Amino acid sequence: MRLIWTICKRELAAYFSSPVAYVFLVIFLLLTGFFTFTAGNFFERGEASLAAFFGWHPWLYLVLVPAVGMRVWAEERRSGTMELLLTMPVATWQAIVAKFLASWIFLALALALTFPTWLTVNLLGDPDNGIVFAGYLGSLFLAGAYLAITCMTSAMTRNQVVAFILSVVICLFLILAGFNPVTDLMTRWASPALVDTVAAFSVVTHFDGFQRGVIDLRDLLFFLSVIGFALFATGVVIRGHRSG
Amino acid sequence: MIRIDNLVKAFGPKRAVDGISFGVERGEVLGFLGPNGAGKSTTMRMITGFMPPSAGRVTVGGFDVVDSPIEAKRLIGYLPENAASYPDMTVQAFLRFVAELRGLQGEARRKAVNRVVELCFLDSVLHQSIDTLSKGYKHRTCLAQALIHDPDVLIMDEPTDGLDPNQKHEVRNLIRELGSRKAIVFSTHILEEVDAACTRAIIIDRGRIVANGTPAELRGLSDKAGAVVLQAQGVSLEKLQSLGKVEPVNGAFRIYPADKSKAGELAQAVIELVSREGWKVEGMYNEAGELDEVFRRITLPDTVKRA
Repeated sequence: MRLIWTICKRELAAYFSSPVAYVFLVIFLLLTGFFTFTAGNFFERGEASLAAFFGWHPWLYLVLVPAVGMRVWAEERRSGTMELLLTMPVATWQAIVAKFLASWIFLALALALTFPTWLTVNLLGDPDNGIVFAGYLGSLFLAGAYLAITCMTSAMTRNQVVAFILSVVICLFLILAGFNPVTDLMTRWASPALVDTVAAFSVVTHFDGFQRGVIDLRDLLFFLSVIGFALFATGVVIRGHRSG
Repeated sequence: MIRIDNLVKAFGPKRAVDGISFGVERGEVLGFLGPNGAGKSTTMRMITGFMPPSAGRVTVGGFDVVDSPIEAKRLIGYLPENAASYPDMTVQAFLRFVAELRGLQGEARRKAVNRVVELCFLDSVLHQSIDTLSKGYKHRTCLAQALIHDPDVLIMDEPTDGLDPNQKHEVRNLIRELGSRKAIVFSTHILEEVDAACTRAIIIDRGRIVANGTPAELRGLSDKAGAVVLQAQGVSLEKLQSLGKVEPVNGAFRIYPADKSKAGELAQAVIELVSREGWKVEGMYNEAGELDEVFRRITLPDTVKRA
């Protein structure tokens, strides 16, 4: 546990020692603002909710989370520090979890910095803060699922751009499997059971509940198993790389 | 401390390491020689537990690196090829990070960091970030990292690569000094390093051990070993040839012994001949043999040897 925290601290420090972290935070906040207030018609809706805010997150994260996670393993492989890290008395899974946690904490910080949106909605109306909390929780797990997938693609290559593109493609699939226009298209030729099965793999389907304020154990389990599976796959990829 | 048994590493059909066995005890400094691509780095990566072997066993301090990797890794300090370290960290932050990973905390960590900073002369760059350092300092930072927990086993992949002659000298001295208390393996393709720092050397070529012995023993494999070089005036080549094969070198003559095991008698015979003939000797010495000649002869591809 202490080793995980040691690596996690180093990774977090690495984010903030370069200007990239600050650029990312600014872009993230600008984009959430833009999508919520302009594209999401926050004011015109006339509701005291953050639906306009959370609704965009699966799409926003599609680009931003891979941008945060793409360096996690690719950079270690490129610079050769992976050899240093994995010859320390540290188990591979500890390094994988630590690096994932560091990036997740960074994303959580970015999400926490959107609090002015929450303040705004509380000033203007009287929203159900339980729903808002569920939305934030769901958003955090959504980011975690994308991030774990990015960790996996990052371990596959020493090129960060390749890692980025691969994870965008995989995450896009996870969105589209449950995206309404796609499921509508599928119902024309596929049986409803098949459509539901495919949609069950989508992050959108499972994120919906959180947005409505429902913290369903099955939705939590879905995100946790995506994270678990992707991190396990990261371990397999790294072991494969080490074996040559 | 280190035991390697019939170690094999295959990358697809290519066997980068092909059945290597050796052992290193405390107090030994083993030089690992070989041309590029001979399998030196791959062997070291297997000893340090970075790569699992395709076949064979490595034990460090009695711990199998595959079955109990954490225990084995605790005993090892490793300087990887190219001395990789995190460029965004300062030297101090990096050393603290590694110390923590090695389980050192608080006062013990502070002491360990101070000790290696002193040992590797890093005082002046302690608060600089690693990517601003010169190659020599980067190298020493990574060396400091390998020494931070005062390991019993030290594995170094080309520890003097890219250093200037003074730094090379420092590192060799450090290796020799540490070697009295630790088991050290280091790879190099600079042959003078073997004389400067090793108690024993192994030459590997295409994944196999082709020579194993003390530097003096390896040098003895040279054709020139035991030959006598004589520089004198009035020498008659014919008379000299009665002692053995003679080869002129830069105005002097190199006389090869007919039988290598009787090399000691050759010098005596030359002296007797010189005094009998009354040649005027300007210089004379016994050849110990040249490592690079041995190295070239046993690691050249077979095709080149035949041509």
